[in-house]
Amino acid sequence: MIVGLREAAFEPWPLLAEAAQTMGADERAGCGASDVFVGTMRAGTGSTRIVRLQLEHYPGMTERTLARIAADTCARWPIRQLVLVHRVGEALPGETLIVAAVWSAHRDAVFAACRHLVEAVKHQAPFWKREFRADGTAAWVAANTPARM
Amino acid sequence: MITVRFFAGLREQLGRDTLELPATDTCVREVWERATDGMPMPTHLLASVNLEYADFDAPVADGDEVAFFPPVTGGAA
Repeated sequence: MIVGLREAAFEPWPLLAEAAQTMGADERAGCGASDVFVGTMRAGTGSTRIVRLQLEHYPGMTERTLARIAADTCARWPIRQLVLVHRVGEALPGETLIVAAVWSAHRDAVFAACRHLVEAVKHQAPFWKREFRADGTAAWVAANTPARM
Repeated sequence: MITVRFFAGLREQLGRDTLELPATDTCVREVWERATDGMPMPTHLLASVNLEYADFDAPVADGDEVAFFPPVTGGAA
């Protein structure tokens, strides 16, 4: 498993390749399916265009929550490999904010497990986003969309 | 001592990120009242004790870390 935080901009694809490679040949051969979610920072449009995002978190509680979400996911579905990495600090449009990925024997498990990872992070992990807009204003993002877990 | 921490918009509103309170057997709600001089609890306020989400009635003891924060907004899209 690769679970954790990144304080600087990162590319999702080398992380995913590393996760696949560290599985071992037999494990990898048992995986008929993998599912990947990459969430990136969106700029929006017009005067409310977001030029920068501050991702605050609660050090210690965040890592613990991500680890528990990963463990819960592996207990609920037959997952052979998992990636759950979230960005913290200052992010720019287009940069990766979250990577969630799972490998398993069949597609039903990976679709459900990957969706669960993303929704659980959104609603359980102590992250807070502050948007800095093109018009010079800044605001904390008030709330997430309802969970679909 | 009980360590109290505030995050995000709440930290900015209160103008501080941490403070320490003398230890007494108490609960999360009382920690909020002592740490904020009785400020009303914001709607949708969340709390944790020792890095785990906690109800406002949860017990707090000497050495505990209590945090208060707004709803979480991680992930993307």
